[in-house]
Amino acid sequence: MVVQVLAAAPDFDRMFGALADHTRRDIVRRAITAEEGIVELASHYPMSFAAVQKHIAILERAGLVSKERVGRRKVVRTNLAQLLAVRRLLDQYEELWRGRVDRMTALISETKAKGQ
Amino acid sequence: MTVTAVRKDPQALTMTIEAEFDASPERVWQLWADPLQLERWWGPPNYPATVTQHNLAPGGRVEYRMIGPAGDRHRGYWEILEVEAPRRLVFGDTHANADGTPNTDMQLATTRVTIEEVGVGRTRMSIESRFPNAEAMEWVLATGTDVGRTQAVGQMDAILTEQTIQLP
Repeated sequence: MVVQVLAAAPDFDRMFGALADHTRRDIVRRAITAEEGIVELASHYPMSFAAVQKHIAILERAGLVSKERVGRRKVVRTNLAQLLAVRRLLDQYEELWRGRVDRMTALISETKAKGQ
Repeated sequence: MTVTAVRKDPQALTMTIEAEFDASPERVWQLWADPLQLERWWGPPNYPATVTQHNLAPGGRVEYRMIGPAGDRHRGYWEILEVEAPRRLVFGDTHANADGTPNTDMQLATTRVTIEEVGVGRTRMSIESRFPNAEAMEWVLATGTDVGRTQAVGQMDAILTEQTIQLP
């Protein structure tokens, strides 16, 4: 499991780097429904069109969104498979901490049994 | 179940795990404040940890070593940012080089521990981990894993111990 994760490391780093910014995370959320193009997306943020375009380009390079033609329009769509890959890393981390909490619980029970 | 809630935000790269214990906040704090207790839970059974330094004060350090099943050795330390016994602990978990010097390229996670009493003899502990990048999270997973089995063993231990206590 870990080996697979490590093999995919370069992509993950780019993805997490792309997601480290609040505006870009918001773009990823909005683009899940793939209804808006760059112009519409840009209207949500108090920054220049060029700045939003730059954010989208970073997300695109990370494989988190792609531009897609729908009829005559071009919309931005979130790549859910990539987001799920990030999620799997977090799932493994959850398991690690669940193990720790279990050991903490056992330790507390043990000292109680000793009457401490 | 000891773990009462888990919140994961893949976009912000954070995870929060909440657990409740039938114990006082002071007792739960000891899990972190007593190096001998910390050694018992920090590393999974196949990655036992040895705490070599333990100074739980702002600016202080907690240093540890771990040895994996293949004899692989890892060193790391916490850089203590905030301490408020028995309620609050904030630290940065960092990878160290083989000689123990900090590997400054590898800040692993900022961890925020909050401990509060939620009833008589009942305490909630919340642990929030925030990662700076994916590499950091992968390192943590690569050196503290075999997690599925670890969890199972931990649960069995807990059940066995609890049953022992309930005997008259």
